[in-house]
Amino acid sequence: MTFLVAFVVAVLYGVGVYMILQRSFIRIILGLSLLSHGANLLLLISGGAAGLAAFIGRFSGDDTVVDPVPQAFVLTAIVISFAMTAFCLALAYRSWRLTGDDDVAQDEEDVRLADTALHRGSRK
Amino acid sequence: MRVLLVIPLALPIIAAAISTLFRQHRMVQRTISLMAVIAALAVAVVLLIHVSEDGPVATPVAGWPIPVGIALVADLFSALLLVISLVTVLAVLIFSYGSKRSDEMWQFHPAFLVLIAGVSLSFLTGDLFNLFVAFEITLVASYVLITLGSSAEQIRNGITYVVINVVASLLFLTSIAFVYATVGTVNFADLAQKIDGVPDPIRISLALAFVVVFGTKAAMFPVFSWLPDSYPVARAPIVAIFAGLLTKVGVYSLIRVETTVFQGHGVGTAILVLAGLTMVAGVLGAIAQNDMRRILSFHIVSQIGYMLVGLGLFTVAGVAAAIMFMIHHIPVKTSLFLVSGMVEETAGTTALDRVGGLRKKLPLLALMFGLAAAGIAGLPPFSGFVGKLSIVEAGFADQNYVIIGVSLAVSVLTLFSMAKVWNGIFWGRPETIHPGNQVLLSGHRTMMGATIFLVTVTIAIALFAGPIYELCERAAQDLLDPSRYISAVMDR
Repeated sequence: MTFLVAFVVAVLYGVGVYMILQRSFIRIILGLSLLSHGANLLLLISGGAAGLAAFIGRFSGDDTVVDPVPQAFVLTAIVISFAMTAFCLALAYRSWRLTGDDDVAQDEEDVRLADTALHRGSRK
Repeated sequence: MRVLLVIPLALPIIAAAISTLFRQHRMVQRTISLMAVIAALAVAVVLLIHVSEDGPVATPVAGWPIPVGIALVADLFSALLLVISLVTVLAVLIFSYGSKRSDEMWQFHPAFLVLIAGVSLSFLTGDLFNLFVAFEITLVASYVLITLGSSAEQIRNGITYVVINVVASLLFLTSIAFVYATVGTVNFADLAQKIDGVPDPIRISLALAFVVVFGTKAAMFPVFSWLPDSYPVARAPIVAIFAGLLTKVGVYSLIRVETTVFQGHGVGTAILVLAGLTMVAGVLGAIAQNDMRRILSFHIVSQIGYMLVGLGLFTVAGVAAAIMFMIHHIPVKTSLFLVSGMVEETAGTTALDRVGGLRKKLPLLALMFGLAAAGIAGLPPFSGFVGKLSIVEAGFADQNYVIIGVSLAVSVLTLFSMAKVWNGIFWGRPETIHPGNQVLLSGHRTMMGATIFLVTVTIAIALFAGPIYELCERAAQDLLDPSRYISAVMDR
């Protein structure tokens, strides 16, 4: 069971990283939320093997319940990543309103510098 | 005394909430922000005095016992940085009152206050996961501030900034999961006690994971390019506060985690190499630029390298030098950005080839730039000289001559590019000033006053370098031997 969770974490990270490397901002946002799901799942199993009983109120003292602290971490992290995703989507909408597409734009200053470097090279 | 620990973060948050209620009343918002910052600064000064006399002080939050609950801790390192950060924040806040376009939107004051709360919490927290939360508070506020106005350029560069920071936060979360899976705690003091039982390969991997996480936040060598890309587009007071504080929070966290928690185990050389590359990459990037804001932004990167050199040595002298350098860097860098803000408001741009001869129009501003630039380049007797001298001395004591050579060469190049800014902006034939941007606008004196205040602070740091360095040295001793920190947190 723990292996399965680890496998899912790996897939989420892999797909998330792939999506972040895309040009379209919406795909980047989807990649970020996949990555955050991966991170949350990883946090969850850092508290103990998957499949253990949940920690509910009456604690008998034996070690067969999962550690509740990472679950509290995950709750916090979910709320934060929710807010981040909402903000990113607002940013994407604004970017679409301004430019008409959702590609992450070129940096003009970088383009200018690269041009200067190229021209110097050709003059020599 | 322990209740004071909560105030520097609770007060700005409460003030931010009140500030949102007064959207239509800018004067009320300004008064609330000013009062919150001054009160937080007063508390920080009291904390610093207390901590320097009686050692670290800690308190649990919400009544949970300490390894489980969140601990707020102030030691000399965090108290020093808290004081200098809040002094800088105060100057920037006053500057923003005079700046033409900064607080015309009501979101400015609440976001600014939340940012301060996040920075204070980063300095005061004694808990790894809470540090993550503090970073997120800071970042959410900074996302709002950097895109305030939502022009096309701000959105474009804001996207870079947001994405890189979210990715870094997720890596942070991942590293926390690994730490928790390994050690079973996230409290710094508890971690410091239990980390010795962790086998070396795992311990070093964890330490390196945090180098990557905080390195991204601090704009360290391979992951620095987001900073000069995103900072220059924000408005003057906002970019000034980012330049002064945000990367330094990353450096603070790196120093805290690598010393207090991991006790410099096996990552010193890696940090030194990255520090050297950061210095060189930053200063070379600055030389290629042609805009004052972008030049200054690249210099943030190169200066981060100096702080990392001090950390990478992992000696008391080295870490003390890193802290000294941070204390000097926060106000100096911010004052340079305040100068660039005034240049922009006067001339409409900060491009070197489109501004000129400001020395005649604004002699006082030219003087302020000269003083701050001499400080950042490390000319004696200014504050940067003290910072760099202590780093070079620490390097000599450790016989690490390569890194000394690199840092001195970078220092010369820094002087070169400051001279370039001086030539481009202040010397030469006065260019036509952008119409509608006449000098001596109503807010001019406020902005100038704030800039002069901050430059005076940097000169005061140079004047009182002896006592400040002594404090830094004691802070470094506590970092490298965290027994006092641990006992303050665990045996309250």
